[in-house]
Amino acid sequence: MADMPLWEVFIRNQNGLHHKHVGSLHAADEKMALQNARDVYTRRKEGVSIWVVESCHIHASDPQDKAAWFEPADDKIYRHPTFYDLPDEVKNI
Amino acid sequence: MNTAVPAQTQAADRREYALRLGDNALILGQRLSEWCGHGPFLEEDIALTNLSLDLIGQAQLLLDLAASQVPDDPFSDADKLAYLRDAHQFRNALLVEQPNGDFAHTILRQYLMDVHDEKLYSALASSQWPALADIARKVLKEIRYHKQHSGDWLHRLGQGTEESHARLQKALDDLWFYTPELFESDALNQRLQEAGVAPDMADIERQWRSEVEPAIQQAGLRLPESGWRATGGKKGHHSEHLGYILAEMQFLQRAYPGCEW
Repeated sequence: MADMPLWEVFIRNQNGLHHKHVGSLHAADEKMALQNARDVYTRRKEGVSIWVVESCHIHASDPQDKAAWFEPADDKIYRHPTFYDLPDEVKNI
Repeated sequence: MNTAVPAQTQAADRREYALRLGDNALILGQRLSEWCGHGPFLEEDIALTNLSLDLIGQAQLLLDLAASQVPDDPFSDADKLAYLRDAHQFRNALLVEQPNGDFAHTILRQYLMDVHDEKLYSALASSQWPALADIARKVLKEIRYHKQHSGDWLHRLGQGTEESHARLQKALDDLWFYTPELFESDALNQRLQEAGVAPDMADIERQWRSEVEPAIQQAGLRLPESGWRATGGKKGHHSEHLGYILAEMQFLQRAYPGCEW
């Protein structure tokens, strides 16, 4: 497995508007990663489109920053658009 | 299922032809299922067993078609054909019953069959036998993916390490002489070709060669010199391997007839 890096897999389902992370797998190149993703993650009609990204290309926030980064949003409920009446025609928000 | 049958064809001929197609899918599917839990790594293990399930599904359609041709056929459905026939009654090509060997052997055998199946079923999609044409159109989608998968591995192993290259070359040397049988044409093929049910196998072989030979060269392999060639599967003359496959595949139905689970 030394020659086969880890890849993250994102699948868009039949009615989905965006790709969602579903898991990871090992593959030697992007073609193999896409085929493996198809075989491992779409066996039960989970999707109609696949993205794969080599895991090393994903940069993550530091878990230790959790309080500094995310807790300040807790007391700013006015940022949620819950105070507006939405027209019925707006479907996806 | 569309039960219309092409004029000027005999039920026994249609049964026999569907058996040849169905048995190729069944035995190759059974072979691939042996990889379950033994794949070189988890993702490929799942990929190989996916291929296996596709092939067994194809076999079910084709063997049900075969079983429905002759009235009062003692093998009245796909399960009876799969589980209750003896080796000499199987009509698969010898290539598909060859042992899995190493991963290179399995991939090479798969690639050779995938290209064959793609060319054959592309032609059968416009067969004058509507039920067969329907099946051909359905299985083609699966076969096109199978060919991408095996074709990519062919190139990867051929152009990979010294060891993967040597193993793939060995597989080619071992299996190449089983391929002419895939394109053999007998009196049955001729009759069904005249009725517009089955294609000219010489034409399928030309299409197959024009795709397989360049792919083998691009994988850095050399074709073996021509020599001995395997034959006999269509007549029920099989290698000793088929008996072992059937012993495992049929054990449960033989020991507990009619058992369902």
